[in-house]
Amino acid sequence: MKVLAAYAIKGGVGKTAAAVSLACLAAGDGMRVLLWDLDPQSAATFMFRVRPKVKGGGRALVAGRLPARDAIKATDFPGLDLLPADFTYRNLDLHLDGQAKPATRLRAVLRPLRPEYDLVVLDCPPGISLLSENVLRAADLLLVPVIPATLSVRTLDQLAGFIAGLGGRHPQLLSFWSMVDRRKLLHRQITAGPPEGHGDGMASTAIPALSAIERMFAERRPVTAAAPRGQAARCYQGLWREAQARLGLRPAEAGASGLSPGPAGRRSSPR
Amino acid sequence: MAVRIASREFVLAGHAPGAGVWQAGEPGLRITPGGRARTVRRAWLDTFDWRLFRAGLTLELRAPGRPAGRGGRAGAVLVLTGRDGRAVTGEAGPAARPPFLAGALPDGPLRARLAAAAGVRALLPLAEATSVLTEAPALNADGKTVAVVTLDRSELTAPSRAALPARLVIGPLRGYQAEADRLAAALAGAPGVEPAAGSAFETALAAAGRRPGDCSGRADVRLSAGMPAAAAVAVILLSLLDAAEANVPGTLRDLDTEFLHDLRVAVRRTRSVLRAAGAALPPGLADRYRAEFKWLGDLTTPVRDLDVYLLGYPAMAAGLVAAAPADLEPFRERLRQRRARARGRLVRGLRSERFADLAAGWRRDLAGLAGASGGPSAGELAAGQIARAHRRALLLGGSIGPGSPPQALHELRKACKELRYLLEAFASLHDPARQRRAVRELKALQDCLGRFQDAEVQLAVLREIAGQLHADGSAPAAALLAMGEAAGAVAARQAAARGEFAERFAGFASPGGRARIRALTRGAR
Ligand SMILES: Nc1ncnc2c1ncn2[C@@H]1O[C@H](COP(=O)(O)OP(=O)(O)OP(=O)(O)O)[C@@H](O)[C@H]1O
Ligand SMILES: [Mg+2]
Repeated sequence: MKVLAAYAIKGGVGKTAAAVSLACLAAGDGMRVLLWDLDPQSAATFMFRVRPKVKGGGRALVAGRLPARDAIKATDFPGLDLLPADFTYRNLDLHLDGQAKPATRLRAVLRPLRPEYDLVVLDCPPGISLLSENVLRAADLLLVPVIPATLSVRTLDQLAGFIAGLGGRHPQLLSFWSMVDRRKLLHRQITAGPPEGHGDGMASTAIPALSAIERMFAERRPVTAAAPRGQAARCYQGLWREAQARLGLRPAEAGASGLSPGPAGRRSSPR
Repeated sequence: MAVRIASREFVLAGHAPGAGVWQAGEPGLRITPGGRARTVRRAWLDTFDWRLFRAGLTLELRAPGRPAGRGGRAGAVLVLTGRDGRAVTGEAGPAARPPFLAGALPDGPLRARLAAAAGVRALLPLAEATSVLTEAPALNADGKTVAVVTLDRSELTAPSRAALPARLVIGPLRGYQAEADRLAAALAGAPGVEPAAGSAFETALAAAGRRPGDCSGRADVRLSAGMPAAAAVAVILLSLLDAAEANVPGTLRDLDTEFLHDLRVAVRRTRSVLRAAGAALPPGLADRYRAEFKWLGDLTTPVRDLDVYLLGYPAMAAGLVAAAPADLEPFRERLRQRRARARGRLVRGLRSERFADLAAGWRRDLAGLAGASGGPSAGELAAGQIARAHRRALLLGGSIGPGSPPQALHELRKACKELRYLLEAFASLHDPARQRRAVRELKALQDCLGRFQDAEVQLAVLREIAGQLHADGSAPAAALLAMGEAAGAVAARQAAARGEFAERFAGFASPGGRARIRALTRGAR
């Protein structure tokens, strides 16, 4: 079971859009995927039309009183399940802090799910917190959207420093340009190459600013299902291939033509 | 948390559901028909003796309806469903072309569960169908799918062709059990919808004129103590003949090792009954068939011995300490060659006129005895013959000492088998609880003797093959060394069984052990 976390210090940069899209694509590849919406704002949960409610709240989950498996809901997409958000997740730091080994609780909560899932995708709230540390301890790959703006690039430095300071088990970093608008000169200039010092960790796929992506939150339908052949889906597909390569799920070979279907073949249509 | 068992499968009065069916949902639970139909080919599998069914399991092989070009079975899956409705799914892959053995599947949870239930028995297709499936999601007020209603229009394609009633199946989604239950309750009340009496598999079987568990390949009879002995013996022998014949096709096709085993058991029991109770039959009848059944029994022995060997081979190879498991390969190869040759003789025998005449003549002669009257009763016969076989086993065993040759144990083993067969053949005359208690010590003794004798045969085969491999120089020294080590392990097992013998026999021959067997037949004498 691999763990992929969509994470950024900044808010509103496209984490949820990427988490939802990649989770759908992975399930479409035949992987057994669990998306955990860790954000009390519950954008991903809303997208899948699931009630943002976990019995006993985030505390029961992190305390181990509620096994994660009992809170899971199937989405409308075969192979993709959701661990919903709950409004109490806003106090998750507090609940985590009350536990023994508070920095690895999230990992412990996920461990029993290993036989059931090939991939867990974490959709994280923005910020640096005890929860973020838990995410870093649990994840194999950190997927970080970066908006082409000087400030965003600086928070990427901050994040790299945060990870480096952790020591011990920590994830690989894969950042990508998010909401790129080719009509803006600044965007074209900034995305001309990877930000300084982040050459290896930058995906070659960028996600443009697209109305189809914006719309998916209003329509409550992942763009990969709404327009599977559209530009948005193709871009997320490219990003997913790169993430797969980093996770060791497929050979690292950008632009390879053979799509590798997962163990149960390709399934992309919703139920 | 209470588990509510609600039927989630329904049959439709017509070929397609009426509009009322789709409107069966309630506010906040709306069925949305109109999905695309897809065709799948399905086969339901079980072992010849229904091991999956007995374990509460259903195994379905499902493949996309349109042949997927070369490669053929792309997308085929195996679905194993338990009594609780939970399913384990696995890619079918090239190994899952029925009939197949659970052990041939790729490692994984599916294989583990299947192997535990089916053991060494092959999974055979019992019913096949082509199904047109149309899915209709049921949505809640948020437009979220909370269950999927599948319309299943199937046609049985094997073992015979028949249209099957259209079904509606509610597939619950994880985390939405309550909604699926509500939907089931709503559908149950819809016009033209009836809860299904059986699963899709059971329905398909019924259309083919079968039902789960209808065949075991084993003899099973009901007798009464007062019936004439000749009639009782004829009933027993007929059921043994049925069992033997039921296992012939599977033996000929070499589907798995147990067809031959069960065929042998039926033949051996027939011989035991002929020996013990032949006198109850019309004069000369038993004598006429005794030689023929000996021929049939002997015909089956070589393949079975090699089967036992090959079934135990993985354990033997894994048990090697000094040698590597691969060193033993040349030996296995020889075992396989021998089996292939022995099987050729077996198949010729079972296809011969001699066998056909034996089976047909025996059935004809036995059928003529159904109405037999007079003579001793079944109860008297059973009591007398069980007592005789019991005495004989006690006598043979009592004369075995530390220095007795293996042959003496072999003779005792045969006597014990005869006693056991008689007890089982007349089991329906005995109290089941008493019967279980009575055979307990006998079983333990037989088990010990069986291990001793199997080791004896295995050692002989090892020596013989080692001699051949050495003589024709076809195996490396490592193979002979590995066989030597394996022989050591077999000999150690044999010595252990021999060491256990005195204690096992003492239990069987103890006053309590004797009394328990005598108690079975006391009423009848
Ligand atoms: N590539 C894109 N093109 C256009 N709009 C986008 C794109 N990516 C995201 N958006 C929009 O931007 C908003 C924020 O996106 P998203 O929720 O994915 O970001 P986030 O990082 O998860 O935000 P938060 O920090 O609030 O969780 C959403 O309204 C979304 O529709
Ligand atoms: Mg978000």
